[in-house]
Amino acid sequence: MSRNPYVREVPRTTWYMRNRRYIRYMLREVTCVFIGLYAASLTVGLVRLAQGPGEWAVYVNGISSPSGLLFSLLALGFACYHSISWFNVTPKAMRIPRGDDFVPGPAIISAHYIIWGVVSLVFLLMMGVL
Amino acid sequence: MSQRQITFEILRYDPETESEPRFQAYCVPCEEEWVVLDALNYIKDNLDGTLSYRWSCHMAVCGSCGMMINGEPMLSCKAFVRDFPNGGSIRVEPLTHFPIERDLVVVMDDFMDKLQAVKPYVIPKKKRTVEDGTYKQTPKQLHQYQQYSMCINCMLCYAACPQYALAPDFIGPAALALTHRYNLDSRDHGRPQRQEVVAAHEGVWECSFVGACSEVCPKDVDPAGAIQQMKIASTVDWYLEHLMPWRRK
Repeated sequence: MSRNPYVREVPRTTWYMRNRRYIRYMLREVTCVFIGLYAASLTVGLVRLAQGPGEWAVYVNGISSPSGLLFSLLALGFACYHSISWFNVTPKAMRIPRGDDFVPGPAIISAHYIIWGVVSLVFLLMMGVL
Repeated sequence: MSQRQITFEILRYDPETESEPRFQAYCVPCEEEWVVLDALNYIKDNLDGTLSYRWSCHMAVCGSCGMMINGEPMLSCKAFVRDFPNGGSIRVEPLTHFPIERDLVVVMDDFMDKLQAVKPYVIPKKKRTVEDGTYKQTPKQLHQYQQYSMCINCMLCYAACPQYALAPDFIGPAALALTHRYNLDSRDHGRPQRQEVVAAHEGVWECSFVGACSEVCPKDVDPAGAIQQMKIASTVDWYLEHLMPWRRK
């Protein structure tokens, strides 16, 4: 009897289409692109601010335009999805001892939401929105 | 007891006569309480004695009967036929990401090598003699690693892990979960010996945290959690080593 194992090739570019889990993972990863783009836009804003009121006004007009608003809205949506999907897996990485057991996962996830809320509130207060 | 006819589409491969696998359909009269493994045993005993597959305990303990069932890595002894849609056929394939030895039997060599590489056994600081007595452990110390000790080496997590498919050098979920199990054991002092494998690129850093390994694990071991915890521990090691070089032994 001879051995002749058969190797099944995995598609290198479309592997994530095989399974709903993989698609969900790719979605979580891809959303960071929008967060990166929004961070780049904010950096451009800082440069424009340093260049003077005229340049700043052009930047503000740009981000207030319908396409600028649409981009901000998309970035916000993706940032929320990204944050929520990561918050939901934090208990896997954080094993916090409590007595003879560990802090339950839902408590760790809730703590992240609370910190997120508090930090957002502080920023909104600092910016004078609230 | 009700009985229903179910068609099983099974991936067959004969390395001596075939160049690639093919599906073969079998119609099996399944009892209500049957699992897929029962159907495979029925086929083997009554329809086609040439069908090859691994199994042993029939109770989700031995980890031998892992296979792809309708595209999902599952233990065939834990996959009840009544849980699959009525009227549809059930597709059974060997665990994906592994070479096929024959029919539903896969080549396990790569997994065995990786398992061996992480030294999955207690490495005590000082070996005790019989006169020294047993290694003692409190229930709290046991609880630290117990979940990770439930692994039955069924390799479902490797079949679920896309990273293992794309980067075959990846040590993989089960071997890393077992590494974590021994690192957390109060009787063990082998972490420095395992760290070379764990902290390497093919170790924990190859994991992109898809999390599929933990979702398919039949024993709720949570390899994804173990790997993320080891990433944190390795990062702490790196910072301590660079920020406090005097700590280095």
